[in-house]
Amino acid sequence: MISLTDYMVVGAGLFCVGIFIVLSKRNAIQVLIGIELMLNAAILNMIAFGRYDQFNNGGQMFALFAIVLAAATTAVALAIILNVYRRFKTIDPNRVDKLRD
Amino acid sequence: MNLIQVLFYLLAFIALGSAIFVAASKNLVRSIFMFFITLFALAGLYVLCLADFVAITQIVVYVGGILVLILFAFMLSGRESLSALQHQGKSFLSANKIISFILAAIFFVALMEMILKISPENLEWIKKATANNMQISPTANMTDNIGINLMTRYLLPFEVVSILLMMALIGAAHLARKERVE
Repeated sequence: MISLTDYMVVGAGLFCVGIFIVLSKRNAIQVLIGIELMLNAAILNMIAFGRYDQFNNGGQMFALFAIVLAAATTAVALAIILNVYRRFKTIDPNRVDKLRD
Repeated sequence: MNLIQVLFYLLAFIALGSAIFVAASKNLVRSIFMFFITLFALAGLYVLCLADFVAITQIVVYVGGILVLILFAFMLSGRESLSALQHQGKSFLSANKIISFILAAIFFVALMEMILKISPENLEWIKKATANNMQISPTANMTDNIGINLMTRYLLPFEVVSILLMMALIGAAHLARKERVE
């Protein structure tokens, strides 16, 4: 049996790699991948704690909901990124700073 | 050190290593394909947590859905955008990256401090669950239980999430359509 601390350490590592990607990349698709990585770290924690809930399955159930929400988020975010590329000819988040029509 | 521990450390190493490769790689396509490997290793970790249904969902939805969507959006958006995306960000790679690395490292230290201080094995409800034998046993049939719970206890979040998924898909299709020339 692997301890909860190990899972939490792995989750913390993945979360920090996700933070690094979100902060340092200059490409919106890679920023999106960083966000997905952070979501996955959270899901890992939920599942690790959900092992102690045999009958209600709270952790696993909300991990499923989080996966579905991540899918919805990605679809909308990719549509927005495509629109931004069409309008600005770049998807660098630093250079998309005009709030105009 | 038994087989489960070996597998856990192997999968954790693969997940963290490929995540770091995603962060370090300059090539967007290569980092997307390394993200595949991160997701597969995470699915393996879920299996080790006795959450097999969530692991399968992870593979089906993330690897089959989200990553293929990202690849499609990236590769169908034209050759000129592909080459334009590849050749940006070469100029200043140091200052921005160093600052974000320091921030991420500080955050990691804070998280580790918190985890070690909490020491999750000694939480009240974890101890209670272990005493009451509430842990999932490796032979338990969890998929039945998840299905029953989804239709009884978690029915409201299930319906809400389905409505939200439909709204998100309609919204994405609306956003991604070709704009009319005015």
